[in-house]
Parts: sequence; C-alpha cells; structure tokens
Amino acid sequence: MVTLENLFKFISSLQAVYSEKKLYLSELDSAIGDGDHGVNMARGFDAVVANWKANPPSNCEDAFKSISASLIKTVGGASGPLYGTMFRKMSLAVGKKTEFGLDEWIDGISKGIDGIMLIGKAQKGDKTMIDAWIPALEALKTAQNDRKTFAEALRECAVAAKNGAEATIPLIAKKGRASYLGERSIGHQDPGATSSAMMAAVAADTLI
Amino acid sequence: MKKLINDPNNAVLEALQGMEKAHGDILKVNYDPDFIARKTLKNKGKVAIISGGGSGHEPMHGGYVGLGMLDAACPGAVFTSPTPDQMEAATKAVNGGAGVIHLVKNYTGDIMNFQMAADICADEGIEVKPIVIDDDVSVKDSLYTAGRRGVGATVLTEKIIGAAAERGDKLDDVVKLAQYCKDNGRSMGMALTSCILPSVGKPIFEIGDDEIEMGVGIHGEPGRERMKIKPANELVEIMLEPVLSDISLENGDEIILMLNGMGGTPLLELYILFNHAVDTAKKLGIKTVRCLVGNYITSLEMQGFSITIMKANSEILKLWDAPVHTAGLRWGI
Repeated sequence: MVTLENLFKFISSLQAVYSEKKLYLSELDSAIGDGDHGVNMARGFDAVVANWKANPPSNCEDAFKSISASLIKTVGGASGPLYGTMFRKMSLAVGKKTEFGLDEWIDGISKGIDGIMLIGKAQKGDKTMIDAWIPALEALKTAQNDRKTFAEALRECAVAAKNGAEATIPLIAKKGRASYLGERSIGHQDPGATSSAMMAAVAADTLI
Repeated sequence: MKKLINDPNNAVLEALQGMEKAHGDILKVNYDPDFIARKTLKNKGKVAIISGGGSGHEPMHGGYVGLGMLDAACPGAVFTSPTPDQMEAATKAVNGGAGVIHLVKNYTGDIMNFQMAADICADEGIEVKPIVIDDDVSVKDSLYTAGRRGVGATVLTEKIIGAAAERGDKLDDVVKLAQYCKDNGRSMGMALTSCILPSVGKPIFEIGDDEIEMGVGIHGEPGRERMKIKPANELVEIMLEPVLSDISLENGDEIILMLNGMGGTPLLELYILFNHAVDTAKKLGIKTVRCLVGNYITSLEMQGFSITIMKANSEILKLWDAPVHTAGLRWGI
C-alpha cells in the first residue's frame, strides 16, 4: 500500500541513494553523454525532499505533483522533464487519495511511460530509461495477474528494471546526446535506465 | 585549470549581474527564474521572440536581446538547458498579445524543457510557436540519432526574424520566415583544443598537440573525424564544401557568411579564415554579400572556428540590414 508516510520514505531514500551513487551515475554519463546525470539527480531529490518538508502534501495527487515540480525545476537537461512527466502523470492517475495499491500504481506507471515516450519520442531498444520502465511495468502486470501482493509485485518490478538497465549495454543509442556516438555507444550502460532501476529498487524497499 | 571565476556555482549568476551592469540601457535581468529581457518588456501587438540554452556560448543568447532581435533569453547552467519555469516566466513577461516564438536549438534537453513551458503557456491562452534550428552538417540527420545539432544559424535566424517581428509582421509570417532560415542555414565547426566546464575543472575531451576535432559541437561533442592540423586554407575548404552542398545553391546565388570564433581564437586567425572562405565560395559561383567575423556563438575557451552560411534574397537582406541594438550586434541606429 502506498501512503503519504511511505512516499516520504521513498523520496528520502532516493535522495540518499542518488547522493551515494552520484559519481557512479555521472561516470556512466561521461562515457556516452555529458557526465552530469548523477549530480543532477542528487540535486533534484535534495529539492524534492526540501519542498515536501516546506509544504507537506495532504493527498497523493499533491505529493506526486510536488515531486514533479521540484524535479522539473532543478534537474535540467532531459532528465528533469522526463522524470517530472513520470510523476505528473502519476499524480493524475491516483487523484486525491491518501493511500492506494497495485492497480493505481500500475495505472500511474503506465501513464507515466506514455508521457515519457510522448515527450522523449524514444521506443524500447533505443538505449534510454524506457528500457528499464517497460520491463518494470510488464513485471507489475504479471504480478497483478498472478494475484501477488503489492510487496511481491514491487520486488519483481525492481528485478525487471535492473535487468532492463543492464540489457542496454549492447544497444546503440538512438536518442539523446549518446546517439551522436552511434556505434561507439555500444558497451556502456545507459545512465537514465540505471537511475530508473534505482528508483524501482527504492520503491520495493519503501512502499510496502 | 586556470579560470577567471570566483565560485563555479555562481559563475552564471555573477555573469548575469555583470551583463546587467554593462548593458542596463538595453536589457534587464530577472532572477529566479533567470531570464534576460529587453528593458521595455512588453511591446503590444508585436510578435515576441524568446530563445535560450545552456550558458557558456556568449554572446548567444543574452547578448542578442534588444531592439530588432530577441525579446528575452533564458540562460541555463553552463552547457545545460534552462528549465521550463524560466521559459514560462519569460514568455508571460514579454507576451504582447500577438503570439510568442520559441527559438530552440536541436538538443534533447532544450526541446523538452521548451515544450513543457509552451504547454503550460498554451493552457493559459498564450499562442506559442516553437522553431527548432538544426543546421550542423557534421551530424548525420537520420531517424537513428537525435538529429542535427542547432548551432550558428541560430544567430542569423534571431537577427532576421527579430527584424520581421520589429516591423510588425504577424505570427504566421514570422514563423514562415523562421522556417526559411532553418531550411537555408547550414554550419560546421572544428576545434584545436577542448573547453573546460567550470564545475568539472578538466577538459571535456583530450586532444593531441598536432590534432584537431573536425565537426565538433558547441559543447565539445565529437565531430566527424580526428585529424592532423592543416593550414588554415585547407581547413576552410574541408568545411565549406559540406556546408554549401547541403542546401541547393546555384551559380550567382548570394549568401550571408558568419566566420565564428569558438571563444579562444584570435581575430587575426578568423580574418585569415574568412579571407579564404569568401574566395572559395566565389570560385564556386557563390557571392558573399553580408558577413559576421568574430565570436558570436562560443564554447567557453575552446580554440577553433565554425562557418555558417545562409542563402540570401532581397527580403532576407532587407531584414539583415534593419536596425539592431543588442549587446552583441548593433547597427543601423
């Protein structure tokens, strides 16, 4: 079950994870991008947590809106609008509830992915964050069909997202700055898919 | 690293404050969200033109805010696109009721951030038209990349459509003109050295003492080829051919030619390059009828240059010659 309380744990934990993995993510980004992904994500979630504390949301819609607005304003580059869109679409999907479960979570992620694909124009296999999100969504849907618990579904989602991120290594980048490298982008794990997989892992740890 | 800065985190802010002090007669700076706007914000009934992008390319874009060019410019962090709240605030500040053009260089982050701002403004009833400039022939334009990068043609486009908006052209007409500029402007750059991000402190790429990066981007992105340094005239020929052949030019056609320094190139060298660029174009039957020689779209302290051309006609030249009063370009008044 997602509640306001564990959503705050989710963003606080993401703040810690991105801060700790800042250099790792930036190194992945240096290989095929401009080397600032880790720094940008860490700065973004610092702002997310600070804004939540300054204006605590009273329902999940406002919570996701607050996360979205902070990311769009502070992350910059392409990651700000992409993650910002993910959380904005989730806010619309869950509405004014104060807690919700797997069905709404799937609906939110699904609409979030649609939003990301609309503004980023990436397809599966283009070596982007989509390559982590699509298998993550599929895992959630499979768990839903198999009538698994929310906690089990989130764990399977995290594994699928991690595998999806690792599967970007042999791909040729077709979107973003990495696409200018063409075949030279082969052999590197996509930083956006990696930070997305970290998000799925944190969700499994905190939203239960 | 040696740089004339105080704190990398304050570099953009302090530069904006300096710009405001230097050019207070032309522009003013809004802070948080950051944007540079004309001193007289709103021109009722005039199409407003906004551009923006990462900092580190000065005088672009803030140096092109003023009469006959931009109404506002949104500076991001160094080499990082600005965020939507900047473009939203700038759009609302300069909207004179006749529509707003967002002139965007073709980079994934820039496009997304401008698009989010445009969506928000459109929801509130402001008509926003995006124009994406993608003139860099170094990058193959295919379905499998983010497409050609936006570079030098942005400067020429800002001047030309800025003049059209200033004389009172309607939104659709300014958009058509911007489309002409996009279709008829092409560029290519090269670098002798890398540049250093203030926040990183080391060169973006390594390059040998006798090597150059042919086709480099304005953020130090890799180009077409790493090659040995050659005499200036040979470099001009290597770059002018792909630039000229990418648009349809016929014997006797006229062009505007910008010979641009990347930030760390002596003007003496830029004139040497320009001298041969004009001669080379002439041999191909192309007349250089207007020009810019200097630092107009830079890449921090990078040594190198780029060539931008735009096919001209009498209408384009009339707009080019129209008065302009900005920090970076000034003539006709």
